[in-house]
Amino acid sequence: MARFKRHHALPGFGLTMGFTLCYLSLIVLIPLSTLLLRSAGLGWSGLWQTATSPRVLAAYKLTFGASVIAAGINGLFGFIVAWTLVRYRFPGKRFVDAMVDLPFALPTAVSGIALTAVYSANGWIGRHLDAIGIKAAFSPLGVTIALTFIGLPFVVRTLQPALEDLDMEVEEAASSLGANRIQTLQRVILPSVMPALLTGFTLAFARAIGEYGSVVFISGNMPMKTEIVPLLIVSKLEQYDYAGAAALGLSMLMISFVILLAINGIQWWSQRHRAGA
Amino acid sequence: MSIEVQHISKTFGSFVALDDVNLTVPTGQLVALLGPSGSGKTTLLRVIAGLEQATPAPGIDSGIRFHDEDVSHTPVRHRKVGFVFQHYALFRHMNVFENGAFGLRVARPRSRKLQIQERVHQLLALIQLEGLAHRYPSQLSGGQRQRVALARALAVQPKVLLLDEPFGALDAQVRQELRRWLRRLHDQLHVTSVFVTHDQDEALEVADRVVVMNRGRVEQVGTPDEVFHHPATEFVMHFLGQVNQFHGRVEEGRVRFGNLELPFPQYAHNQDGAARVFIRPHDVTIDTKTNGLPSIQATIERIHSAGAVVRLEMRTDAGQLLFAEISQERFATMHLTYGGTVFVRPRHIRVFTDDYDNCTRSAPLSI
Repeated sequence: MARFKRHHALPGFGLTMGFTLCYLSLIVLIPLSTLLLRSAGLGWSGLWQTATSPRVLAAYKLTFGASVIAAGINGLFGFIVAWTLVRYRFPGKRFVDAMVDLPFALPTAVSGIALTAVYSANGWIGRHLDAIGIKAAFSPLGVTIALTFIGLPFVVRTLQPALEDLDMEVEEAASSLGANRIQTLQRVILPSVMPALLTGFTLAFARAIGEYGSVVFISGNMPMKTEIVPLLIVSKLEQYDYAGAAALGLSMLMISFVILLAINGIQWWSQRHRAGA
Repeated sequence: MSIEVQHISKTFGSFVALDDVNLTVPTGQLVALLGPSGSGKTTLLRVIAGLEQATPAPGIDSGIRFHDEDVSHTPVRHRKVGFVFQHYALFRHMNVFENGAFGLRVARPRSRKLQIQERVHQLLALIQLEGLAHRYPSQLSGGQRQRVALARALAVQPKVLLLDEPFGALDAQVRQELRRWLRRLHDQLHVTSVFVTHDQDEALEVADRVVVMNRGRVEQVGTPDEVFHHPATEFVMHFLGQVNQFHGRVEEGRVRFGNLELPFPQYAHNQDGAARVFIRPHDVTIDTKTNGLPSIQATIERIHSAGAVVRLEMRTDAGQLLFAEISQERFATMHLTYGGTVFVRPRHIRVFTDDYDNCTRSAPLSI
């Protein structure tokens, strides 16, 4: 107990810690624990059955698969966008910078409808994709497009400060030592911004797993093919199957938590030696 | 490997950073680029390194040569220069060993581990940081970081070593230590080196030759003795240490300034001209009584006696501030007080006059 009683010169630990615990309980912990209570009604076997029915398994696969792919795409292209915004000056830069935030601000249903309009077989882009035999809307590809759209700002906004911190001199040092641009990118720039890139990836991934509004329009919601888990939860609720919805929610919670924990672990591992001083 | 800079200019928008600079650095020498901030010294270093491109000057044979090989269009990574930055620019995610090995690894990604290890450990021994191979830059002091940066630059066996204010970010004591160490290291390695500094003591102490720069131009090139004792321009006179300046006239072999008139045979014209007279604070003799020799009367305003020499601030009857340095022994025998009257007798002066063709001539005068 004495360990916690270390007095700081400035007061405030007791108050802020108390507030933090209380706030987290009210906003996060208590609502989530009702999930557990609700699904407890099903019992272990019922829970297991609900969470592992073939239709649900297909939805898991789509949700997590599309989320990983979308976060990965955002990691790559978000890096390029952030790099361009940090490194170069060009007319309309402020406008482009503001545009990055649009997926944050737009109601997800609006973006869903817009994306569907553009990517459906007779939409602006979907028409050309359709011509070469790619079905964008109402397919797993459409789900990935929607998840990529909503995840972009997370990667760009977490990378920007990290890239701004990157010293030009470090790159100059690398090239004076004989490194070409690709070697400099691989060995100097990427390792330096990797923690921020991982954070951005994690945030985009986490957001994508929970995304509902923009996906339901573009996916077409075909059972076993383009259903995502949040959609299944909503449809269970609509059928007044609260326990079943809670069971799915609980399983999502578990899987997401394990994945986020793992990514944080990787991050901690990659940052471990630079903490030094 | 000598460095030759020919007619190099560099402009940033309307700002002229380098104005037709010519410079030769002989093989194996350690040369200092000395000047105030904005004088173009760092730009010149970066142009030599290839980190900056010179502004093309049509019709003029300009370029950078390393030992007769024109490298003007060689990109920095092929120039084989070692560059050391003021703020170290170490790779933060690599430890000391990896920083040192970087240049070797990118040059030959498949070179043998053992060879790299041997070379890097050899360098770490040279910079006396063998025990810290596994430390990260954040765990090192400023002086240690700069030594690692130097080792990293030397690892690729550069033709020339370029250092941009290498000790600028360090505190005074480490600075002193490191610059002596750099001099010893250079005596061991003999790699042609250029370093940038705004600290005249550093330049005079460490370098074989000093290049004094001002406003994008080279004011003077010479050994530390030459630039200190025989400054070619008024700027060099001002920049290398404190100096008292008087405005006077020259005519028919005489120079007049303040209430003094001295023989000045270097100027024999009978038409008088303007002259600037410079006196170093250590080139004067202070007396409390006039003894008939030419001297300037002044009143003591401040006495700084805490130091190797005693520094006096005086004001002449004409209201000009005058600085002098006298030895502690002499100070002890003189009983100087604030507000006391003294007679300042210059021993050496340097006179700059404008000729008819408007070029400035300088001449020393011992009295």
